[in-house]
Amino acid sequence: MRDEQLIEAIERYLSGEMNADERNAFEQLRRENAELDTRVIEHQQFTGLLKQYGERVELERRLNAIHQEIDVHAIAEEVTVHPSWIVQLWRDHHSKISVAASIAIFAVLATLFFTGYLNNNNSYTELSREVGRLNRSTTDMKKDINAIKKGRVIAAPDKSRGTGFAITSNGLIATSFHVVNGADSIYIQDVSGRSFKAKAIYNDPQSDVSILKVIDTTFRSLGQIPYTFKHSESDLAENVFTFGFPQDSPVYGDGRLTSASGLNGDTLDYEISVPINPGNSGGPLLDSKGNIIGIVRAKETRLEGVHFALKSGYLLNAIKNIPEDSLTKVPVLNTENALAKLTRQQQVKKIKPYVFMVKVY
Amino acid sequence: MSTESKSSIPTDSEIVFGILNNSENAIKRLYVAYFPMVMQLILNNNGTPDDAKDIYQEAIIVLYNKVKKGYFELNSKLKTFIYSVCRRLWLKRLSQMNRYGGDIHDFNDYLPVEDEVEEQGERDIQFTKMQSALQMLGEPCKTIIEDFYIHNRSMQEICESFGYTNADNAKTQKYKCLQRLKKLFFQQK
Repeated sequence: MRDEQLIEAIERYLSGEMNADERNAFEQLRRENAELDTRVIEHQQFTGLLKQYGERVELERRLNAIHQEIDVHAIAEEVTVHPSWIVQLWRDHHSKISVAASIAIFAVLATLFFTGYLNNNNSYTELSREVGRLNRSTTDMKKDINAIKKGRVIAAPDKSRGTGFAITSNGLIATSFHVVNGADSIYIQDVSGRSFKAKAIYNDPQSDVSILKVIDTTFRSLGQIPYTFKHSESDLAENVFTFGFPQDSPVYGDGRLTSASGLNGDTLDYEISVPINPGNSGGPLLDSKGNIIGIVRAKETRLEGVHFALKSGYLLNAIKNIPEDSLTKVPVLNTENALAKLTRQQQVKKIKPYVFMVKVY
Repeated sequence: MSTESKSSIPTDSEIVFGILNNSENAIKRLYVAYFPMVMQLILNNNGTPDDAKDIYQEAIIVLYNKVKKGYFELNSKLKTFIYSVCRRLWLKRLSQMNRYGGDIHDFNDYLPVEDEVEEQGERDIQFTKMQSALQMLGEPCKTIIEDFYIHNRSMQEICESFGYTNADNAKTQKYKCLQRLKKLFFQQK
């Protein structure tokens, strides 16, 4: 059988054109002859592929025809994610914007840093008196140099000053911790100008209280303390006054208790309207009856007339917490108020000897 | 009809039965319904409208073959299937062009369709070979082969249209053509 005829036979077989007899004979032949079988399968596959190829071409033609009818441009417009103008601006100019932003941020930070704004406590000045350090340093140095030239011994200037007040007649003095913080040595000076050496026997940085003890041998008992210490909290609008050493001579100031809490709701403090200045720190805050209700300690620099005083309860706690080995005897606080019925002038005159300037070296 | 086909998205079973019944309209509605989705995928992933067309048509062909073979089960949505195939094809194309940046901006859920895409790829290779073999075959062989094997025309018709004097001559011609086509097809690497 020639090859051409074989192919024709295979095609007739595959397309089902053979009659039953021919078919049976062909299948018989196919079973016996493996080569024929391979040829049949091969032919079937190839023409099948050809057929599929034709179908694919046809399908593609149809799809292309459909595609022609679609408004591709409109769909493209519709589905493209159009970034808003700000995103567009960023894409086009992001390098420039980045540089500008970094410079701006740097400038702001640098400004904040140099103006000290980054320091949170900036607006909250503790009232210890930095005694003209910067202003005076030049003149001090000049004086020192002159003194050295003349061979004179000079008294070192004090580093800072505050106020303190007696809590017992035997020389326990209360003041603010920040006044004596970092002190090499501490002296207290009474209104008549006498200085006594003292040391801190108890510090409570948390509530900003320090208890000093006079250790000077020339110190004599102060006599009966005229004021008492209030245990409970005082009421708003209470008439209060203070007495302290913002300068070399004592200064009286009065006002009202304006809030039961201090800066940012700090319940350690009262807010008061008493005009106070650096140097008042550690001074007593008294009510009209002559009870100690707090210790003057700070002011809000951003707001006018807003000052703070530590509540007396924390002072009493501090007194209780004084370690026993620092004391010769347990401090007994005065309970007899000698000021209640006096006028304000008389009250101030009475408490004068019990309030001290605290000088820190 | 075109406005109608644009306005309504056909249901999946409509499409599947439409394809099985060789409905021209079903394919058209399918094509129109999901082309914007693929356009969105391609355009927003470094492609052009022409890329979208290629990829989309390829995906439609994958779906078409799957449905024709009866393999397509309606357990996944047609939309998801088409999207997945297009995504896969586009990833492949991107990596071939070395433009694949490592991630693709997706707009839809997708399924793993690697097998379908692989199968399609192999078939495409065969078809490309067949196309160039037919091209090389030249006339009149190409037309005779296409008429007989693809368009199912009888030898009698072919005989007449080519003006052969008798059917045997035509058959001999067809045989020779087929032999040459096989040779050309299998020669290609």
